[in-house]
Amino acid sequence: MSQQLPIAEGLFTWPAKQPALLASRCNSCGIASFPVAESCMACSGQDVSVEALPTRGILWTWTVQQFMPKAPYHSGETAETFRPYGVGYLELPGGVRVEGRLTESDPQKLRIGMEMEVVFDTWRTEPNGDEIIGFFFKPVA
Amino acid sequence: MDVAIIGIGIHPFGRTPARTGLQQGAVAARLALKDAGVEWRDIEFAFGGSASAGNADALGNELGLTGIPFINVANGCATGGSSLMSAYNAIKSGAHDIGLVAGFDKHDRGAFNADPAAWGLGQWYGELGLMMTTQFFAMKIQRYMHDYGISESTLAKVAEKAFINGALNPNAWRRQPVAAEEIANSTMVSNPLTKYMFCSPSEGGVALVLCRADKAKAYCAKPVYLKSAVLKSRRYGSFEVFAPSQALQQVDGPTVDASRAAFEMAGVGPGDIDVAQLQDTESGAEIMHMAENGFCEHGEQEQLIQSGATHIGGSLPINTDGGCLANGEPIGASGLRQVYENVLQLRGDAGDHQVPGNPRLGYTHVYGAPGISAVTILQR
Repeated sequence: MSQQLPIAEGLFTWPAKQPALLASRCNSCGIASFPVAESCMACSGQDVSVEALPTRGILWTWTVQQFMPKAPYHSGETAETFRPYGVGYLELPGGVRVEGRLTESDPQKLRIGMEMEVVFDTWRTEPNGDEIIGFFFKPVA
Repeated sequence: MDVAIIGIGIHPFGRTPARTGLQQGAVAARLALKDAGVEWRDIEFAFGGSASAGNADALGNELGLTGIPFINVANGCATGGSSLMSAYNAIKSGAHDIGLVAGFDKHDRGAFNADPAAWGLGQWYGELGLMMTTQFFAMKIQRYMHDYGISESTLAKVAEKAFINGALNPNAWRRQPVAAEEIANSTMVSNPLTKYMFCSPSEGGVALVLCRADKAKAYCAKPVYLKSAVLKSRRYGSFEVFAPSQALQQVDGPTVDASRAAFEMAGVGPGDIDVAQLQDTESGAEIMHMAENGFCEHGEQEQLIQSGATHIGGSLPINTDGGCLANGEPIGASGLRQVYENVLQLRGDAGDHQVPGNPRLGYTHVYGAPGISAVTILQR
């Protein structure tokens, strides 16, 4: 039977009713980092806790990737089926700015400062039917 | 002990199917030795690097096996700058009198594709299509334009100037001027940057011969002195390439740090510089690097570039050999190309792309993944 698998273990809570990205927070200096790291790159501290990041934030910057990247890009697309995609950093209050794909790829509909939410959806389907789940940033209607 | 550059050599940039990257490095090395009037056997040490064309130490197979310490350097886009800094320190420390620095490369067509594991990142980052240097530069300039009022027209003007300068440089790859309008209307690659606003991976080689300053005149009528050679890596909080997350509070990047240290070491300021080569892997980078290196305030680029100040005849000539935009980027050779160009400029030997007014001080800057910068200041 096919399953829904996260693209990487420990990147976000999965399976979960309301999944969220996971960050490490330094217990010495309070800095958060995504993905979870075993030490703090701000102060070198090794005492860190894992926490769920907020699921809504503000778009800090963005671009649209217009050509298909070479490997390790792994989307199941071909040169013929590739569609440009938005990329941006989402500022999650109290956390960090996280880089991710946007569900919107029309430059006319993207602007710095717009509100977005983190969503989790199928990224690609493996030959055995397993769905690989990724995270995306979606404009809040 | 001060350090002088007494010989320079370059293999033309672009595509040379008949030569390997290593052979292009050997061509450059032989030219640098000839320019300095020395033989390979006179060289006491060497530093060199390439990202995709093999170990620089294999130059020994081309030039001769003389037993010297030859150290391979691998530091991304700052490979050339790192080699040069290492050679500078080897002479400054008194360990050696004369040495060679070489950089060469030969890349496949198309954008670079990096392996996430090599950068300490999970495979997911590459799989999702986030590990693209092009995206980073696009997102950095996008935010910068928002914050400091830089126009899309200015992005096009930077590339237009690069191709004008490239047309004047016989060693450049892109030697045809392209009008700003055509640049702005070319295929969008990563908004707001179009095809002609990005440099492409390419091929080429550069070599330099360095020696103790007090012996320079024995070799060279017009030695150029290396007043500073600085390499810095990112501090926490700077906005860098290949970063799945970044801090909420931004701090100055490695370019600002390297620039300040280089000016301090040389005892001069940005206003003293007569010609500058600033990393322009895309046109937004040149704009941001003008301010990060201290040549103007954030936002002043709009007026400076629109008024032509950064052209060869302007008040601050930038990327007088066409930069990365007109030369492409052979990673190992790119930073040394900038130094080669400044030596030409300070000797007064730059021909059609010579900056008028007998320039005295030249500045070079490279930026590379995952957040490193190398700066040199040269003086004739």
